[in-house]
Amino acid sequence: MIDNLPFLVVAITILLGLYAILLRKDLIKMIMGISLLESGVNLFLIALGYRWDSIAPIFTGAPSLAMVMPTVQALTLTSIVIGVATLALLLSMVMIIYRYYRTTDVREVTKLQG
Amino acid sequence: MDILFDNLPGLLIAIPLLGAFLTPLLSRAGDSVRNTWVLIITGLSSVCGLLVASRVLETGTIVYTFGVNTVSNIIPPDSGGIPIRIIFTIDPMNAFMLIIAAIVGFCITLYSVSSMEKLSGKDGFFTLVLLLIAGVYGMIATGDLFNFFVFLEISSLAGAALVAYRIDKGVAAEAGLKYAALSTIGGMLFLVGVGLLFAQYNSLNMAVIADRMQLTGLDIIAFVLFFTALAMKCGAVPMHFWTPDSYAMAPSAITAFLVVSSQASLYALFRVCFTLYGGQINPLTVGWVIIILGILSMFIGVTMAIPQKDVKRLMAYHAVSQTGYMLLGVGVGLAALSSTCLSQSIGIMALKGGLFHIMNHALYKGLLFLTAGVIFYRCGTRNLNQLGGLGHNMKWTMVFFMIGALAIAGIPPFNGFASKLMIYESTFLFNPLLAVIAMVVSILTLASFVKVFHSMFMGPKLPEYEDVKEAPTPMLIAMGILAILVVLFGIFPQQVVDALVAPAASALIDYQGYITAVLGGA
Amino acid sequence: MIDSFTLSTGFGAWNAVFWVIAFVIACIIGWLIWSRGEKTYDSSGGATAPFLSGNKEPEKAAVHIRAGNLYWGYTDALSGYYRFIKPFHTGNLSDYFLAYLFVTALVLIVVVVLK
Repeated sequence: MIDNLPFLVVAITILLGLYAILLRKDLIKMIMGISLLESGVNLFLIALGYRWDSIAPIFTGAPSLAMVMPTVQALTLTSIVIGVATLALLLSMVMIIYRYYRTTDVREVTKLQG
Repeated sequence: MDILFDNLPGLLIAIPLLGAFLTPLLSRAGDSVRNTWVLIITGLSSVCGLLVASRVLETGTIVYTFGVNTVSNIIPPDSGGIPIRIIFTIDPMNAFMLIIAAIVGFCITLYSVSSMEKLSGKDGFFTLVLLLIAGVYGMIATGDLFNFFVFLEISSLAGAALVAYRIDKGVAAEAGLKYAALSTIGGMLFLVGVGLLFAQYNSLNMAVIADRMQLTGLDIIAFVLFFTALAMKCGAVPMHFWTPDSYAMAPSAITAFLVVSSQASLYALFRVCFTLYGGQINPLTVGWVIIILGILSMFIGVTMAIPQKDVKRLMAYHAVSQTGYMLLGVGVGLAALSSTCLSQSIGIMALKGGLFHIMNHALYKGLLFLTAGVIFYRCGTRNLNQLGGLGHNMKWTMVFFMIGALAIAGIPPFNGFASKLMIYESTFLFNPLLAVIAMVVSILTLASFVKVFHSMFMGPKLPEYEDVKEAPTPMLIAMGILAILVVLFGIFPQQVVDALVAPAASALIDYQGYITAVLGGA
Repeated sequence: MIDSFTLSTGFGAWNAVFWVIAFVIACIIGWLIWSRGEKTYDSSGGATAPFLSGNKEPEKAAVHIRAGNLYWGYTDALSGYYRFIKPFHTGNLSDYFLAYLFVTALVLIVVVVLK
């Protein structure tokens, strides 16, 4: 049961993110939702590689115990970097939109339609 | 020399990445230095792509491992038979996509060197162009799921930034935001799928996962996450809403390459259906899901295109509609190959038609977007209601537009006809109704391009465009390359099918071959 | 020789080279007819100007039919369809996300049910 706790947290984070993305009407809050989704996915990857009662995967002078899976940690690191870039890009676009439209309401940012 | 040739797949990514990050530095030395640099880099990477493709077509699948001394050492002896490094797997299907990216990539750089001449902020622009090209090459060449995600994000981020590059009173930023946000969500759900597969099979390599695939409940969820993320990225209806927005607002050369980037996602979609889940997932169900998406894309895309007033938005809806043809062809291929009462040749022919259409679409749609770019460059508007009579002054652009428009409408002897014929004939035997819808859509496509042609080029010279000039020479050359290829592929379709499309189709079907190529004869 | 350019679709065949040959022959015939025409004809005399029942020719800009006026009949005949399909293209980012997740759910159900 306790093993699955991280996955429960993952599910809650992802669902909160999706809630913010789908039901919030403010672009900044939607981007916060995207960020929550990213955190949820990152936590999911980390939780996949975690083994109870095991040590960090550093081989130099390590006791012969089970080690935590290092691959997913590398994946998460990459994914965090990508997440930062995405977030910066999205927020800067919202800034530009606000400068010209004077609003961040998603219902008003619809000059392209039809 | 040999070492250079052995490392070509690595150079495919390394050259544009290196070029991208050196571009801001070199643009300190002046515009012409930067332009030459960018042209050399894209030229080199295109040559690289073509060389890799020709090698693959000659000698079979290339498996390239990063970070080993001997190139053939894919599976380290102490790893228990798993390729633990990042590998590029390039089989004839990947080679086929590489050729498309190489041709269009070179043409759009040549075009934008000239079309960006009078504008500011060129260093950032060309850096992003090279990053986009690197991302697309990576998406095509990689044999590793997480690596694919990384390249997907690189190309989406660079693409979104380029869409919003000319802010245009915030409207382009709106388009860029929509593209970036949707791509991010798609990418994240794709990553969840990768995680689900990694948790079960302990590998990120496509061949290993395909080999060990059990089709558990989690695998099906992962399949759906991959499927919809990639279908959204290639702009299938009803997830196509971002396509007209971003295609219309991006600079034209970029739009031409965004088409290729969408098609790289389409390739990945096929790779997931045919190889990753090869022989496991129910082909009839998935085939029909793809067919329905294709039919919806075709019909809704073309009907939404006809009343558009913005020429690039109209063409973007046509891009959605043409993607439908590819989905239809490959979906019919997937469904018919599994059917016991239909002959295999129907499925293979539909598959070939769908794949051939990818290549043809990249060429003629690229050409059309470039001509629309010329119109915008010279006249300053994309609104069809304000244009007219340009044929008097822009003769070459008009000829190129005509070639592209006739090709997209499937008028013989251009290349669109050849691939559409293959799709019609095989689809008709599979289900006549689908073929009828496809033909109606083709007629509507012709109708809407007649409208565009009339309102842009025909009619008397308008006073406001009295002395509008022909496009600059580099832009004409870029369009000319694409136009010549459109005509050549139309007149000699059998040669192209034999040389490129048929190997790609058989490589796509043969998932065992893909697995064996990576894991050895195990 | 020409046969090697035939695209065989398995059920039919298509050869674009014949099409091109026919096109070239048609062009040659057209050129032959054109070259036998009257060479002394002078087009500057106003004989090519449009004759609109004796009315004066309108301005060039007024003659051109703009894109907005094309296919009016088509869009009018299909206005019911367009009234249905246009509201989906709201341009609202939330709707884009909703469509994406809706399709994901739908495909999941289809793939699970028809496994």
